[in-house]
Amino acid sequence: MGELAVRAGGQAGDGIASIGESIARCYSRMGRHVFGLNAYQSVIRGGHVWYQARTGDGRPRSQGDGADILYALDKQTVDIHAPTLRPGGVVVHDPEKFAVGDLPVGVKALPVPTLEIARKFTSQSILQNAAGMGATAYLGGVPLDLLHQVLADSFGKKAGDVVTWNLGASSAGYEFAQQHASVHPNAPTKGGAPKLLMTGNQAIALGAAAGGCKFLAQYPMTPASSIMHWMAAHAQELGVVVKQAEDELAAINMAIGASFGGVRAMTATSGGGFALMVEALGMAGMTETPLVVVESQRSGPSTGLPTKTEQGDLNLMLGAGQSEFPRAVLAPSNPAEAYRATIRAFELAEAWQTPVLVASDLHLSENHMTVDRDEIDLNVEVPSLFTVAPNGHDYKRYQYTDSGVSPRALPGQPGLNFVAGSDEHDEKGHLVSDVKSGIPVWVAERQRMMEKRMRKLRGLAAQAEPPVLEGPAGAPLTFVAWGSTIGAVRDAMPMLADRGRTTNLLAFPTVYPLDAERVAAAFAKTRSTLLVEENFSGQFGRLLRAETGIHLSERLLKYDGEPFYPYEIVARAMEVMDHGGQ
Amino acid sequence: MKRLKIPSHNVVIVSGIGCSSNLPHFLSAYGFHAIHGRALPVAEGIRWANHGLTVIGTGGDGDGFGIGVGHFVHAMRRNVDLTYVTMDNQIYGLTTGQASPTSTMGQKTKSTPHGVIENPIDPIALALAAGATYVARGFSGDVKQLTDLVAGGIQHKGFALVDVFSPCVTYNKINTFDFFRQRCYKLESAGHDPANIVAAWQRALEWGDKIPIGLFYRTERPTYEELDEVLTAGPLALQPAGTRGKTALLDEFV
Repeated sequence: MGELAVRAGGQAGDGIASIGESIARCYSRMGRHVFGLNAYQSVIRGGHVWYQARTGDGRPRSQGDGADILYALDKQTVDIHAPTLRPGGVVVHDPEKFAVGDLPVGVKALPVPTLEIARKFTSQSILQNAAGMGATAYLGGVPLDLLHQVLADSFGKKAGDVVTWNLGASSAGYEFAQQHASVHPNAPTKGGAPKLLMTGNQAIALGAAAGGCKFLAQYPMTPASSIMHWMAAHAQELGVVVKQAEDELAAINMAIGASFGGVRAMTATSGGGFALMVEALGMAGMTETPLVVVESQRSGPSTGLPTKTEQGDLNLMLGAGQSEFPRAVLAPSNPAEAYRATIRAFELAEAWQTPVLVASDLHLSENHMTVDRDEIDLNVEVPSLFTVAPNGHDYKRYQYTDSGVSPRALPGQPGLNFVAGSDEHDEKGHLVSDVKSGIPVWVAERQRMMEKRMRKLRGLAAQAEPPVLEGPAGAPLTFVAWGSTIGAVRDAMPMLADRGRTTNLLAFPTVYPLDAERVAAAFAKTRSTLLVEENFSGQFGRLLRAETGIHLSERLLKYDGEPFYPYEIVARAMEVMDHGGQ
Repeated sequence: MKRLKIPSHNVVIVSGIGCSSNLPHFLSAYGFHAIHGRALPVAEGIRWANHGLTVIGTGGDGDGFGIGVGHFVHAMRRNVDLTYVTMDNQIYGLTTGQASPTSTMGQKTKSTPHGVIENPIDPIALALAAGATYVARGFSGDVKQLTDLVAGGIQHKGFALVDVFSPCVTYNKINTFDFFRQRCYKLESAGHDPANIVAAWQRALEWGDKIPIGLFYRTERPTYEELDEVLTAGPLALQPAGTRGKTALLDEFV
């Protein structure tokens, strides 16, 4: 069997994503793991877009390096993607629309009369997609009844002619392919129980709900918007208030207000929106208000490439806000991890009364991956926020403690009134700024309060998930990576093993704070290293050096907007292992 | 609060930054002294987390009509049930005397040594345009009327604006207590009907020798909290959280 990658491409507005997602869902229902890459442009219509479902007997962690079946809705798709087809590959196309021209050696065309099939049902040419999908599904080993189920489900309650036409056209395309071609030898057979197919953003939203989030405020920005979409669709069922704010400034300030008011609250955005949230992030730190912020990175700087990926905002996440306050940055690499990291973010934010960031990126946020059902535990304990008894004697909201965490009262609790101030304050919340600052006793007070807040970093570092070593111990080369990039590294490692190269991976599920001793201990077991990051300057490498003194001289950096392909990682690793790099 | 018999622990005063924004520290209630311009979104968040609380936003003209004007407009169109009291002195006082969004055309300040060349924002007209459901103007020289206006705003169901002439005795030598004492007249004494939006607009446009203070406009419209599908079930902070037992949530991913 091995692996099979099925790709569909055309113009934005052609319905490519729904073709691709339907094929991906067929495989996940067959019990196979899938990686579904959705590549699109920042326009509603026009511009080349494509979707690829990659499956097989293993667990694909990335989009992989090539494709086996290509359903091309236009000639441009053939021109762009045919060179990536592996021997044995097939191009599905409609000869009424265009001729495919020369194809690579070992790749065949399967001309399917998709428009002719569509015309038998309706004058709406969009139905050609169903015919093309039927032919593609046949080549990819999808049973026809499964395809029909997935299509019918995708139309939901919309019954009637549209569903009948789609099922009919897909059958016709399927049968046409059956008569004129054969199933691809790598096509998967049925595996175990159906998998869950979800995007990183869906996993984040689900994780937020499981972690007790009751309030989400957000301003639309790619690639974070679909967190809001999922939560809004489930708001009533989950009892979560979803607020589309007037801007990101409002979004984060509303979330801080809601958290102060007594609920777990979150905001989500991309780099541009996060840049606007910077001042308020510091206010959450200063007022010791728990807050979860999802930062789904995209290619920058500035507006950059709005629909392309990058890990370029790490410096921003670490440095956001004037002066210093405790924070944590969690970096999941796939939807299963994103689900757990978001729950963890709520736990940490609440335990340490400070902002916690979940670093995602377009590659994780918007692409589909499968998750096993037992990887999603919905039964998370969500403790009450009311932790201080009312009418506490001499209540001090910002009481000095060894951990840095002070007892937290909520508005509405009698006898505990206090003011949360963005100005420096004393244990009771009274201002130290303005009339008192500079007076010796208050100078000391300010220093103590700053130290109290910053002590929380120690606790955060101790509770944060430590770096994880994956693969054989003592490998001659260790990859160092964080976030979605880890996926391509995980796919590259067995490819290197096939070439007789043993490698392992040091993955950082927590990017900040780093426990220097634990990180040093992890590196003590490595021989040589290769840092893999999707940004220009190696931002995590710089952080690692600053925090631990460990310098990773071999690096593979990428900033073209495209995700890492496993072959790129393989090539660079071979180079480093053979020649010690450059 | 005393008059309205609201217990202090059920009140949250939210402010931004400016001379006026130290207010939460002077009152016995819960308070949130936020960053410049962001009092309203913080107040909205608090209100949505627990709409059993009385939430009052406070700030100045720079905070509310300058850096925070976007939030001001949107909070009004949402008709969030909170009261916003702006201490409007038509100058930036805390930063030692620069022009504010409500400074008078031609006024000389540190940042406009040759006079302001921008038309001032009229908070009353802006509030009427944006859909506020309680629009009032008070004067800190008339504490009795001002108390009535603020109490009326708190009792009002929906967004209430009380813009308050609050002369800065240090940095604004034009809009002084005398300036307002000579010009202000009370709407309630002039036969104004606050239910009449056209009359409210006419009064809002009055400026010069005669300046109206009092309640310009009041109307009933469903609040955001009444329309939100989740908040109708009661204060959010008291609702259950999490996904325990909700296994059907995973069905859509199969």
